[in-house]
Amino acid sequence: MGLDFSVVPEFSDFILIGALYTFGITLAGAFLSFFGGIAFSVIMLYGHWSIRYPIRFFSWLFMGTPLLLQLFLIYFGLVQIGIDIPAVVAGIIGLGLHFAVYNSDIIQAGILAVDKGQHEGARTLGMSRLQTFRYVIIPQAVRDVVPPIGNNMIALLKDSALVSVIGVTELVHASQLAISETFRPFEFYITAAVLYYAINLIMETGLRRVERKIEASR
Amino acid sequence: MTSTTPFIEVRDAHKSYGQLEVLKGIDLSVDKGQIVAIIGPSGSGKSTLLRAINELDPLDKGEVWLEGMQVNKPLSPRAYEQHINMVRQQIGMVFQHFNLFPHLSVLENITMAPKLLKNLSDEDARDLAERQLKKVGMLDRIDYYPSKLSGGQKQRVAIARALAMEPKVMLFDEATSALDPELVEEVNLVMKQLAEEHMTMIIVTHEMGFAEDVANRILFMDGGVVVEEGPPEVIFHSPSNERTQGFLSKHLQGRNP
Repeated sequence: MGLDFSVVPEFSDFILIGALYTFGITLAGAFLSFFGGIAFSVIMLYGHWSIRYPIRFFSWLFMGTPLLLQLFLIYFGLVQIGIDIPAVVAGIIGLGLHFAVYNSDIIQAGILAVDKGQHEGARTLGMSRLQTFRYVIIPQAVRDVVPPIGNNMIALLKDSALVSVIGVTELVHASQLAISETFRPFEFYITAAVLYYAINLIMETGLRRVERKIEASR
Repeated sequence: MTSTTPFIEVRDAHKSYGQLEVLKGIDLSVDKGQIVAIIGPSGSGKSTLLRAINELDPLDKGEVWLEGMQVNKPLSPRAYEQHINMVRQQIGMVFQHFNLFPHLSVLENITMAPKLLKNLSDEDARDLAERQLKKVGMLDRIDYYPSKLSGGQKQRVAIARALAMEPKVMLFDEATSALDPELVEEVNLVMKQLAEEHMTMIIVTHEMGFAEDVANRILFMDGGVVVEEGPPEVIFHSPSNERTQGFLSKHLQGRNP
């Protein structure tokens, strides 16, 4: 029995919607993981211990346990204490926080690597601590860590398949449903792989554009 | 404030780093429009004194005054932050290593602080930047990033950035020490031009020729104290103190008397 991709078009809308879910969840998760990463890194470096320690505990939780378990905790666990989050949102939160913790580590290193003279340059102009941080330190720290953060974003895209286990019909789950009707796993899994590759290309293009812009200012 | 109040005054400045006493009770007063050059061997405390004036390196003991207002007022942390930001807007500073913001263009380097702190519109800020860049001869590089500039050009932009806040005094902390010899002159020229415009300046420098040219007054520091001070012709040609003589004889070698 050879490969027969003629079964795929019948399910194309279904598969494409799955791909859109994957793309949307990835974008939202990436957004959350980026700004969450900045927030965590600032707290870890400069926060009062009363807020730093809880964040450190969450870091440990999100780095030391499987993402799968974290998704179960957020979606099935929190319901038990009355926090009912829709599956898609739970997936975004889980992915976002998981990768925010990794991004935070990278951004912390980036902040510490910014030259001390930058701080002095801004402060002697009369800029406040906060303004200096917002307009001088953070932009340079982030700029220096774009490549490793980009890698995390790609990893986030691939791990977004895990949200299928809490019932989100993203690309992998959609493919499985199509397979269960047609019994043609190879065709649909290859289709899914091609679509992942396409999303990857979109993200890499965006990332390269950011990197080029940064390169211009070096 | 009476007319006898100096423009800038430092009283009995003390500062230590651990066991090392860097400033051992320094007094300094500078009149409006005066140009003071501080010279002395490395580790004499001259940069520390300069950095105490805008509280980059706060004094352990002593007072700093600017136009009858105390710079290092004892305040609550929140009030101090507000106070010092307001004071620093009036004190321009130029560093040895320029400290330009590498992620911003020349234009943005200059307009950022005026826009944030004086609520200047984009247009007004651009006008201001163009005016200052013209003054330092860098208008044609307005859209460049610092990485594309030479050291001398960077320092001129850094001077323009400080001037854009319209400070009452400019502090120069070895502004040409990091430059290749052939780039020193273009920065010195800008500083001379400021001197001609009667900008009040305090200049820490290793360049005796420039200090003699541009300053009204020379301070020779050694070991955390002011050893000798006076007009350049006295300090450079007939210093009375032995340490000054020793220091200058090393530094003026090869120059005609």
